[in-house]
Amino acid sequence: MSVQQLFGATRPPAQLLLRGAHALDPRSDLDGPADVLVRDGAIAEISAAGALAVPDGVETLDAEGLHLFPAFFDPHVHLRTPGQEHKETIASGTAAAAAGGYCGVVAMPNTSPTLDDASQLRAVREQAEREARVPVGFMPAITRGLVGGELTEMAELRDAGALGFTDDGRPVVAAGMLRRALQYQRLCGGVIALHEEDPSLSGHGVMHEGAVSARLGMAGIPSISESTMVARDAAIAAYEQARVHFQHLSCVESVEALAAWKAAGARVSGEASPHHLTLTDETVRSLDSRFKMNPPLRTEADRQALIAGLRDGTIECVATDHAPHARHEKEVPFEEAPMGVTGLETAFPVIVVERMTAGAALLDLPTPRVAVGEPANLTLVDLGESWEVGARGYASKSGNSCFEGRTLRGVVRLTLAAGAVAHRVEVGVGAAA
Amino acid sequence: MTVLDGAGPLAAPRHLLSIDDLDRAGIERILDRAASFGEVAEREIKKVPALRGRTIVNLFYEASTRTSSSFELAAKRLSADVVSIRAATSSVTKGESLKDTIATLTAYDPAAIVIRSPHAGAAQLVARWTDAAVVNAGDGKHEHPTQALLDVYALRRRLGALDGKRIWIVGDVLHSRVARSDILAFARMGAEVTVAGPPTLIPRGIEALGCTVATSLDELGEADVIYVLRMQHERMSEAYVPSLREYAMRFQVDTARLQPHQLLMHPGPVNRGVELSGDAIDSPQALITQQVEAGVVVRMAVLYELLAGSGAAAEAPAPATDRAEAVPTA
Repeated sequence: MSVQQLFGATRPPAQLLLRGAHALDPRSDLDGPADVLVRDGAIAEISAAGALAVPDGVETLDAEGLHLFPAFFDPHVHLRTPGQEHKETIASGTAAAAAGGYCGVVAMPNTSPTLDDASQLRAVREQAEREARVPVGFMPAITRGLVGGELTEMAELRDAGALGFTDDGRPVVAAGMLRRALQYQRLCGGVIALHEEDPSLSGHGVMHEGAVSARLGMAGIPSISESTMVARDAAIAAYEQARVHFQHLSCVESVEALAAWKAAGARVSGEASPHHLTLTDETVRSLDSRFKMNPPLRTEADRQALIAGLRDGTIECVATDHAPHARHEKEVPFEEAPMGVTGLETAFPVIVVERMTAGAALLDLPTPRVAVGEPANLTLVDLGESWEVGARGYASKSGNSCFEGRTLRGVVRLTLAAGAVAHRVEVGVGAAA
Repeated sequence: MTVLDGAGPLAAPRHLLSIDDLDRAGIERILDRAASFGEVAEREIKKVPALRGRTIVNLFYEASTRTSSSFELAAKRLSADVVSIRAATSSVTKGESLKDTIATLTAYDPAAIVIRSPHAGAAQLVARWTDAAVVNAGDGKHEHPTQALLDVYALRRRLGALDGKRIWIVGDVLHSRVARSDILAFARMGAEVTVAGPPTLIPRGIEALGCTVATSLDELGEADVIYVLRMQHERMSEAYVPSLREYAMRFQVDTARLQPHQLLMHPGPVNRGVELSGDAIDSPQALITQQVEAGVVVRMAVLYELLAGSGAAAEAPAPATDRAEAVPTA
């Protein structure tokens, strides 16, 4: 790829021997105890556990009893920079990513101002190069100001390093506008990622429309608000032979529409979030605004459809839609609270490996792998240890996790991103044996 | 007190946030208490010293006449000191100011905070932020538990038990917190509840609360009680129904639809000529005035049960002497 698309602070390349961890990477056919040698930030050797000698200048980590995975990649996070740094900064958001075992994240453009021109993209790139702990990619807006009126200068943005385009947080309401963006994609490339929602169906909805919203007297967002737009836009994508990715799918009907259009040959893909895969609208009975996000948590049948879609490949990857909000913004009545929950620090123990790395391929980026010659994008996890979410705070600036208070199994001990140590929990590493 | 499993009666609640805080025995305890206060209301001096020296804050973020005045009167008749606050609502910072307001009010050490808010769950949030007992006087379109209790009280006085009675709730169920609390309370007291209205004003999934749904008044004759909801003109801008005229033709309860064996209720204020015809309001079957009367004694009973009765928190017992004077025999 000629244009650089991921941007992070330059950090000293790791020199590490990870000894005895159970290495697991289906793409490299790895599933067993191994020694993995990282030299100058790249994976230099993989061999049977205990077989490798320690070269000079290399630190050894006794990782027996821990699990080693290719580090994860998240195609959908909100770093809130510029404009809402009280919620998150590039530094804190990427620290949260590293703490969650991620080696790369993609930032959404609904910042203030909107990321919709090349000069702004260059400014956030530079900021990422100063402070990002793991590399960050950027997806600028499809339409200026996210209002659906006119296209951004997509070709210039691509030349400036845009991975793709999204109006995330809002749908592209007019079918004609989306069609034009998809036509223009043929000129400049870059995936078009869509937040699917029909505003006339969502109305003032704040949660899933169903028995729970009826009980609570809160306006509902029906499943068809999302699924009709997925079906519409997949049809347009097929017609234009364009590359379209559907963000944060939440309901049965959307998974069915995606599967049908894939079977028909459309170049469409989908993602699901850890919270939609694990929680339902029943949690909203608590009236706790940490369970408020868009799209909303839906029913058990929807949750099961997402899991099935992830298993059979209809949905390509897990994406957190990490959406930090300050405590005071969430400590209000449910209907008043902003949409969104954090996710980077809890995704892995919630979901476990499967499709945690697949987000990179959606954006034509290399998938992190545990293989000789690959850059060291590795995460070392203690699956034997449990932790209470939030008990020791967060690396993210915001604590609006919908998993707060839950006990999750699996602690990320070490993250190597782009060959450098991005996260390391000193206590416990090497002491697990 | 015995430790009870999930199937047993609910422990006496510390707050009244939802009808779900009460089981049938809990509702009956409040209504029996209200009946005993009803006797006090017939005395020349209507005041009892039960909550003397204690402070009750009424915090209303929405316009209200009968609910706020009846809470105020209820607290005064229990000899509490009352502070009534009508807070103006701004748009986004409302939640923040709610938390700040509660922190400020908590400094006065209130025994109870009565709150009305345009947002579902506001009372629950307040309960998290204060040690005072919290009474939900209406939160968004979610619940209005004291209205449901006074409705059950007024009905019990007329009908005796509600077991097996058929109650139809007619009109704008979608936007009605009264409907939600009433469905729960009527069902808990053994009634069979039907909600009826145009499908655009019946929320999807409402059956899960324990009611059946009708989209016409064709079977209204089976009802023992017709509970008519207020039709809110401001909703019409969103065109939930094509016109009030068409709504009235299909769903207005008038003396042609109201039969002599049926009781008629309405939470007020009534839109004469929209959801109810004038002659239906003035008919002998109408319990609307009795509902208003019930408001004071039921709210006295709620405050008493939370602050001085069997449900009172251990940290705030009423002095024994007061209690002896205060409790008329039920």
